[in-house]
Amino acid sequence: MNTHEIETDVLVIGGGTAGPMAAVKAKEANPKLRVLLLEKANVKRSGAISMGMDGLNNAVIPGHATPEQYTKEITIANDGIVNQAAVYAYAKNSYRTIQELDRWGVKFEKDETGDYAMRKVHHLGTYVLPMPEGHNMKRNLYRQLRRVRVEVTNRVIATRILLDEHGVAAGVIGFDCRSGDFVVIRAKSVILCCGAAGRLGLPASGYLWGTYENPTNAGDGYAMAFHAGAELANLECFQVNPLIKDYNGPACAYVTGPFGGYTANNKGERFIECDYWSGQMMQEFYNELQGGNGPVFLKIDHLAEETIQNIETILHTNERPSRGRFHEKRGTNYREKMIEMHISEIGFCSGHSASGVYINERAETSVTGLYAAGDMASVPHNYMLGAFTYGWFAGENAVAYIGDTYREVPLDRGQIEAERARIYAPMQVTDGLPPAQVEYKLRRFVNDYLQPPKVTRKIELALERFAEIKEDMKRLSAQNQHELMRAMEVQVIHDCALMAAKASLFRTESRWGLYHYRVDYPQRDDANWFVHCHLKKGDNGDIVSFKKPVEPYIVPLDEDEKDAYQRMRIVKQPAADQPAPAQQPAAATAI
Amino acid sequence: MPSALQRFNLPVTVDEDKCIAEKGCTVCVDVCPLDVLFIDAIKKKAYMKFDECWYCMPCEKDCPTGAVTVEIPYLLR
Repeated sequence: MNTHEIETDVLVIGGGTAGPMAAVKAKEANPKLRVLLLEKANVKRSGAISMGMDGLNNAVIPGHATPEQYTKEITIANDGIVNQAAVYAYAKNSYRTIQELDRWGVKFEKDETGDYAMRKVHHLGTYVLPMPEGHNMKRNLYRQLRRVRVEVTNRVIATRILLDEHGVAAGVIGFDCRSGDFVVIRAKSVILCCGAAGRLGLPASGYLWGTYENPTNAGDGYAMAFHAGAELANLECFQVNPLIKDYNGPACAYVTGPFGGYTANNKGERFIECDYWSGQMMQEFYNELQGGNGPVFLKIDHLAEETIQNIETILHTNERPSRGRFHEKRGTNYREKMIEMHISEIGFCSGHSASGVYINERAETSVTGLYAAGDMASVPHNYMLGAFTYGWFAGENAVAYIGDTYREVPLDRGQIEAERARIYAPMQVTDGLPPAQVEYKLRRFVNDYLQPPKVTRKIELALERFAEIKEDMKRLSAQNQHELMRAMEVQVIHDCALMAAKASLFRTESRWGLYHYRVDYPQRDDANWFVHCHLKKGDNGDIVSFKKPVEPYIVPLDEDEKDAYQRMRIVKQPAADQPAPAQQPAAATAI
Repeated sequence: MPSALQRFNLPVTVDEDKCIAEKGCTVCVDVCPLDVLFIDAIKKKAYMKFDECWYCMPCEKDCPTGAVTVEIPYLLR
């Protein structure tokens, strides 16, 4: 096993969506700096958009929406717990990102006048821009990486952030999953773009890799940030998504909705006002699944033949193109049958929920020199366009930091040797536990005890089981470099599972619909819990949770808007002033 | 501690008549996010070594000779 010590200026970890943008923008900000993009797979086809994307879900385009409207909508959709400065910074720069992607050759749908063909999917505003030809996304990004000469290293698994003697980010430690070589990269600033924690829950199919997220995204970024001392925000706000049952990919109500498709119950009837993914919508989805009207379906069988052909072309060539094959085997012809849906396993992902490694509006984490962007960073409902926009912020700010603040300080060499020992430990165990078996058990317990509705006693039991599995980690055994990669990922998943349990126990109220529905505390409690909940690594290595005040609003909410996302269920015969029956009644002092 | 090998039906099939790995092609191996495709050292053909598939399809899409076919993994088919 060789050791490679590499030096660079800006180190970007993760070459999916936010990462390539961060690397390109860092290089453009100062072409003299060395920018290294590190990827555990291959940047040509890595991350959540490996096969492209069928649309922008949060495009704030002049003439269709304003940054203020968007900031309001995301605030309301998240029950008020947002750092508006971070959402607003995204919204103000959303259009600039779209224009840049347009210049890079990404194709967006435009109307006959050349204007972007916007669609309404959210509860209040209009933010969805289809990309029926969005399958070349990664090729467009790769061309830009080559244009500005970003250095790329594939197949290296980052495991810990390298810190200097002052606890400032100074690079990363990891290993090559092909050669098994030990890799130490010294950098002046570090940007984490490692995607969601997508292998936290076990899919209902029981297949470890049949996850909603790209399973390469095991949660590496969350674990690395935690062990570097960074704060993580609102992790109890889980990602739980409405998906095609078994296939576990998105049914794509965002794509089909504007054509007339909708989410329906077993009678083919609508039951939710709005298909935009929010905790409140998921609560109603869950209620329908559990009630006599389940299961839930995506209904498009009533649409015209040419509309269905159009939908098939978009959905079977983009994002998750194998879904056509799945439907074919099951005999699901969109013209004749509704598409059976189900609820996903839990995960962390700010792309759709509101949790993650805490960052401010400059993409700075709470660790000096460490930045984060994309699904793992805390800006809520950020989707692909938010990953690009925050990748852009991170790239530019990481360069500015090197010029303004960075001072070289000696490394803590002991950290490197300790990590070397930790990484290669499973190779020394010849007669131990296979990583896949440990992962299966760990993720089954995540389902059994952490999947909402959350019950206090169950979460406590989860902590007992996780402690036992922590002991099992010492017996993890890897027979080759590939298994070693999986062994390191199991440890990442264990870190994320612990954080999910601790964060869920800390917030003793219910909020964000199903995402944090605590059966023992069914009410929203604004008096005590209108706060962010952060956690970090304590001095003894344990998880420490604490409250952080919600930052002052930049865009105030109108009284009649505050509860808009609490009214998701369609009321059959609406009485004059009768609100819909809510699973979780909002507190009197709403938002 | 005793252990056993278990058989799995795999979702990725390589048509060895079409595969040109012997000419140095490694496209499918390169693009797989989960790093489960390898080149057989003796046959010089690509094959799926680990049952860890997201059925995402870059291997099939990017193969220059159309040798790779991705099926939905059996457990969720």
